Amino acid sequence: MGEPPAGPGAGEAPLPKSAGESPPTPSPEPPGSSERRRARWADEAFGAFALAAAATLVALPVLLVLIVGQDAQAAIVRFGPAFLIGRIWDSNLPPVTFGASTFIAGTLETSAIALLIGVPLSLGGAVFLAELAPDWLRAPVASVVDLLAAVPSVVFGLWGLYVLVPYMRTSVDPFLAKYLGWSPLFAEHAGSQSGASILTASIILAIMILPTISSVSREALRATPDSQREAALSLGATRWEATRLGPLAYARTGIFGAAVLGLGRAMGETMAVTMTVGNSDNFASSLFDPGQTLSSKIAINFGNAVGLERSALVELGLILMALSLLVNVVARLLLRSMTRIGKAGV
Amino acid sequence: MVEHLNAWYGKTHAIQDISLTFPDKQATAIIGPSGCGKSTFIRCLNRIHETQPKARAEGRVLLDGNDVYQEDPTEIRRKIGMVFQRPNVFPTMSIYGNVAAGLKLHGGYSHDEIDTLVIESLKKSALWDEVKEKLDQSALQLSGGQQQRLCIARALAVQPEVLLMDEPASALDPISTARIEDLIFDLKHQVPVIIVTHNMQQAARVADRTAFLYLGKLVEIAPTRDLFERPAEKLTESYITGRFG
Repeated sequence: MGEPPAGPGAGEAPLPKSAGESPPTPSPEPPGSSERRRARWADEAFGAFALAAAATLVALPVLLVLIVGQDAQAAIVRFGPAFLIGRIWDSNLPPVTFGASTFIAGTLETSAIALLIGVPLSLGGAVFLAELAPDWLRAPVASVVDLLAAVPSVVFGLWGLYVLVPYMRTSVDPFLAKYLGWSPLFAEHAGSQSGASILTASIILAIMILPTISSVSREALRATPDSQREAALSLGATRWEATRLGPLAYARTGIFGAAVLGLGRAMGETMAVTMTVGNSDNFASSLFDPGQTLSSKIAINFGNAVGLERSALVELGLILMALSLLVNVVARLLLRSMTRIGKAGV
Repeated sequence: MVEHLNAWYGKTHAIQDISLTFPDKQATAIIGPSGCGKSTFIRCLNRIHETQPKARAEGRVLLDGNDVYQEDPTEIRRKIGMVFQRPNVFPTMSIYGNVAAGLKLHGGYSHDEIDTLVIESLKKSALWDEVKEKLDQSALQLSGGQQQRLCIARALAVQPEVLLMDEPASALDPISTARIEDLIFDLKHQVPVIIVTHNMQQAARVADRTAFLYLGKLVEIAPTRDLFERPAEKLTESYITGRFG
């Protein structure tokens, strides 16, 4: 009498036992077991898929570097480290010479100026949106700023080419030259009056990195607990002082991270820079001079480059990758030392 | 001295027509059940209540005969220091930097004056012996109780005329709490202390006078011993005997 329910109940997991004890259940089989088997199978499949995905993620960059390195080998072997400091890019004269320093300088210059213009602007905007703006204004303004991130870079390039370049030529460049012309950075040279220049490309870049920096630092500022603001206010801080002592200090690692993200985008940006930088292989000593960045040089030349020049272009790409990596590593180290001061021992 | 103070959060009338006086060289405790408005009340005294969205306050708060609500709020907040429920040290600053923050904000102090005031404040908050060797280290290295005493030092450094404390020990362990209570007992001789607490024993230990707030209204204020032993109001009696709240 007690045997049928006890038998399966003792032999198997608790699930079939409970099934055997409830007579109204129509299915004669323990209903749980097939579901469990399917779940276990799914579990294994999920594990395998995740492992494969992770392996792919690791393998892809390694393969990328290997293959790009292979393509660049001819140039690396031919020019060695001198490629990094060489100024001349000449594929016409018999002893062809390729050097990357002009383009490295162009990339560093445009990104640095873009940060110089972009960081204060986006941070100011972020502080306004996070700390000062009334609630009803916050969401709409924030989404307009974020919308900027969705604009394709070629559209920025078009705007730069048709609007900004002429404006720089007729208004901004002459104005800057008039007041800052004493400095070699703002000197006017023959051939630097087109409006397409290192400065123009930098301004486009600054606009393009605005949404990234401002939305990331806005989030960092919003994450500051109110108690930090009140700590400053209770000492008699004004609104600005309370923002500086409270959220700006509290969120500084987040803000720094935002700037690095922006820098990464500025260094790699190709289309809009190519369309506004002037594309000159000569070293730009003044900001009004047309120049070239690593990415714009690749974009301009890849179509008709063959042989050694093709290999040299690939090496430019390799350098660009290395630079981005370097920026990331340095940023991480800086970040770590910053947090060590801030959170030591905790 | 507070006259007819009213405060709102949005449409909620959090403080309803409270008038009372805080004597010098005394600690006054404000007790009452959660949500009775005791925090809001002291947050009105240094006008930090109004920095919250949709919050406002009306009435008169007199400090040295001048109405706090007629003056520059930043100046008022310097004169009326505040310590909050949870220690809110500035995490990016050193121990020294935290105490000096308020002094640097207001300027006009020489290096030596800042040094002196920082040391003095750390001594007053009974933290000096524990931190004198590591003033340049991060404030986050300190324990919660030490951080709270650092916050007290930071508030004292700008030489306030009144010190507000909003449940200063509610986030601390019993030993740290005892240290804070001892501190309040010493501090009140230098600067009047107004302390909000949900802990009646704490009020009994540190305060000369105690006010009981209920639903945004002042029910009773009396010398602490009287309030706990012979409450004048039925409501006070049922609260302190634990019948509600």
